[in-house]
Amino acid sequence: MLIKMWLNGEPIRDHMDADMLLLDFVRRHGALSVKRGCETANCGLCTVLLEGKPVLSCSILAAKAEGKHVVTLEGVQKEAEEFGTFLANQGAEQCGFCNPGFIMNILAMEKELKDPTEEEINEYLAGNLCRCSGFVGQLRSIQAYLKHKQEVRAHEAE
Amino acid sequence: MKQNDITSNYKYVHQPVQKKDAMALVTGQAVYVNDIASKESLIVKVLRSPHAHALIQKIQTESAKKIPGIACVLTYEDVPQKRFTMAGQTYPEPSPYDRLILDSRVRFVGDAVAIVAGSNEKAVDKALAKIKVKYKVLEPLLDFRNAKDHTILVHPEDNWRSLSQVGADNKRNLCASDSDGMGDVDEVLANCKYVVEETYHTLANQQAMMETFRTYTYLDAYGRLNVVSSTQVPFHVRRILANALDISKSKIRVSKPRIGGGFGAKQTVVAEVYPAIVTWITGKPAKMLYSRYESQICSSPRHEMEIKVRVGADEDGVIKGVDMYTLSNTGAFGEHGPTTVGLSGHKAISLYGKLEAYRFDYDVVYTNVMSAGAYRGYGATQGIFALESAVNELADKMHMDPVKLREQNMVREGQIMPSYYGERTNSCALDRCLTRAKEMMNWDEKFPRKKMENGKVRGVGIAMAMQGSGISNVDVGSVTIKLNDEGFYSLSLGAADMGTGCDTILAQIAAEELECPLENIAVKGVDTDVSPYDSGSYASSTTYITGQAVIKACVKLKNQMMEFGADKLGLSVEQVSIDGKCVYNEDNPEEYITISDISYAAECGCNTAMQVTASHSSPVSPPPYMVGMAEVEVDCETGQVELLDYVAVVDCGTTINPNLTRVQTEGGLVQGIGMALYENIQYTEAGQMMNNSFMQYKLPTRQDIGKIRVEFEESYEATGPYGAKSIGEIVINTPSPAIADAVYRATGLRFRELPITAEKIAMGLLEKA
Repeated sequence: MLIKMWLNGEPIRDHMDADMLLLDFVRRHGALSVKRGCETANCGLCTVLLEGKPVLSCSILAAKAEGKHVVTLEGVQKEAEEFGTFLANQGAEQCGFCNPGFIMNILAMEKELKDPTEEEINEYLAGNLCRCSGFVGQLRSIQAYLKHKQEVRAHEAE
Repeated sequence: MKQNDITSNYKYVHQPVQKKDAMALVTGQAVYVNDIASKESLIVKVLRSPHAHALIQKIQTESAKKIPGIACVLTYEDVPQKRFTMAGQTYPEPSPYDRLILDSRVRFVGDAVAIVAGSNEKAVDKALAKIKVKYKVLEPLLDFRNAKDHTILVHPEDNWRSLSQVGADNKRNLCASDSDGMGDVDEVLANCKYVVEETYHTLANQQAMMETFRTYTYLDAYGRLNVVSSTQVPFHVRRILANALDISKSKIRVSKPRIGGGFGAKQTVVAEVYPAIVTWITGKPAKMLYSRYESQICSSPRHEMEIKVRVGADEDGVIKGVDMYTLSNTGAFGEHGPTTVGLSGHKAISLYGKLEAYRFDYDVVYTNVMSAGAYRGYGATQGIFALESAVNELADKMHMDPVKLREQNMVREGQIMPSYYGERTNSCALDRCLTRAKEMMNWDEKFPRKKMENGKVRGVGIAMAMQGSGISNVDVGSVTIKLNDEGFYSLSLGAADMGTGCDTILAQIAAEELECPLENIAVKGVDTDVSPYDSGSYASSTTYITGQAVIKACVKLKNQMMEFGADKLGLSVEQVSIDGKCVYNEDNPEEYITISDISYAAECGCNTAMQVTASHSSPVSPPPYMVGMAEVEVDCETGQVELLDYVAVVDCGTTINPNLTRVQTEGGLVQGIGMALYENIQYTEAGQMMNNSFMQYKLPTRQDIGKIRVEFEESYEATGPYGAKSIGEIVINTPSPAIADAVYRATGLRFRELPITAEKIAMGLLEKA
């Protein structure tokens, strides 16, 4: 079937099998940051934004993105670098394999929750597994990042 | 020696610098196996046995081969019939040669039956469905407690081989067997006033690294087999693949890109053989990506162990004797079977410094379940769960605080450890770790339990742990360091960074030695054609062993640069000195040549290569030590355990990179928490593993872990780089025994089998009532 969508702002037209998953489709089109960690929608590694909302691309047909905008980490490099610096400053990026999906969900959380508490952060990101870091360093980096963003906003408001 | 006095002058060592690959990882660059594999790669998949034990009588592949896009379908008739081991260990491997790439006998549900390669996944899936196999189903051997000398043999074949003296005998289902001891433990225990005798059971937990097993293979212009693999052991992969394919070692080159976690799983050659033989037979590039399902059912998890412990103390609370018997289940194949088991005794018993006698016996048996392998902790985790639990039970029996019992008995700096190969512990801050952990937990106030107003009960528990730093007299770390234009260095490593950050840690050591900015050290690893030999990244060896190789290489290169510089200055080498920027006349520092000028001079009319390689191996394996304390809150209605607080204080010598050391600790603790509370392995009666996805195999999420607090009490290990010991493995060892005791203190229920699920607690409380 023919599909048309926007991937990281670029229009794409492609012929594909109707059962192709969004994960495989975006990887085919160069979004190699998107990873598969399980086949059961448990790990969060394949998180992408569909029309601005985080979805698990392993559990969604590419056809569902027909006419829509899909954003992967390739499309938000500046933001990835900005948050990623906080993560790297903790050494909590570790093997890096879960980072792209995790960061996509953090960017989504940032839009959705205002000044989230520790509990709210852990709840929002509960579906993003990481086997290296034990999550603690990730939390430190998120809190430092959110604080930094708050300070930037306060500074801009002045 | 107090650590702080020494480390304060360091510029790069002991500093929390960012990992060199950090920005590539956080921006999602294409740096992993499946990102760099050629798009032309054949997709390789494996048909898996539905039976736990069977003989393949007939296998029909004709219709599978006819499917468009299929490049090959391989059965046991198409592969070499020489046995090998998939265990990534130094040759001659202790693990028996009991594998074939494909065998006519299948030994567990998930064992490989046929290999299919094709141009696209759909064709491969179709072909897999078309293969017809006629099995003669045999009775499986599933109970590891009855496996030794059972009439069912897992490996009856005559070409099974054991290369090392490990007490293996395939005609008895024995992968290894041995005993070790000191003194008369029966007599010592008979004279102890208090003795605990119990049996503990741990399961075959999965490493569950986020990147599953995967390998990409192709032939290069020289006709050699190039293997790009997600592995911790590139050099072992080369040897193992050559053995498996029965080809010359010279035909194979192995490299590793970024690795998405390993934790020991990738110390076994789990996926490599399949694409390797496809490429070798078809000449085409191929890749195998393990599904998560395959990673759960046919990989290389922790060895299931049942450990019988007797531990005794006299009336003053001196622990005088320990007797351990470990029965280890290696499953269908013997990878890491003979070696993991040793740690279950040696790295548990040696925590206690006043023993008059000990005994440690073990058997490692074959059964018809998935083969076990290497998982962080490597047997020590299982042994420490058993012995530390038993010591907690002993304290309880004596009506003594378990912290106090340990204060009296723990191993201390300067002691010889008879159960640890007679090594002396020259760096040991275990006592300081215990003191600090006790303070942090506010132990005296919280022990043993507190009833909350909401009906829940809180309890606290403790455990100590140790590990090694590399395998003494075996592990080899090597590095090559080269001076380049403008005075920057390339550091070529054989050690495999699997996400831990060893590339950066080793570069920090080099920068410290060469007194140059960290950016001036370009790191490269691993390519077996060009990297110097390294055993690989396992056994908590990289910082301790390869770190020393870095120091040796830098010292050698500095000497070489001094000789070269002295010559250029018209001085003797005794007259010059070197700092990070130049070689200069000690009597007249104005007379100098810069390192940059040396690098260019060495590229012009020069007969000296400004490059050195150094290797390091250690006759000792100094243990890191730690104390872990857990505070849990149990809901006595539902059995739900909430881990409120976990305190860990670690002595790993000098922390070369405090950030990475901390994250190693936190990550290891959470894996240990998973093992203690959630990660279950269950088999059906037919031998099928049920926890075959992340739906059924519950990794802890960020909502399951409570507060985790880590501190370091550093000692100084003179044989390690800048006083460092290891950190990677020890950190997984304390949660199981500490949490088990905390649950006991809260509920009165003693769990000697993991995981301690809410269901078990609820059922236990019902029974008790």
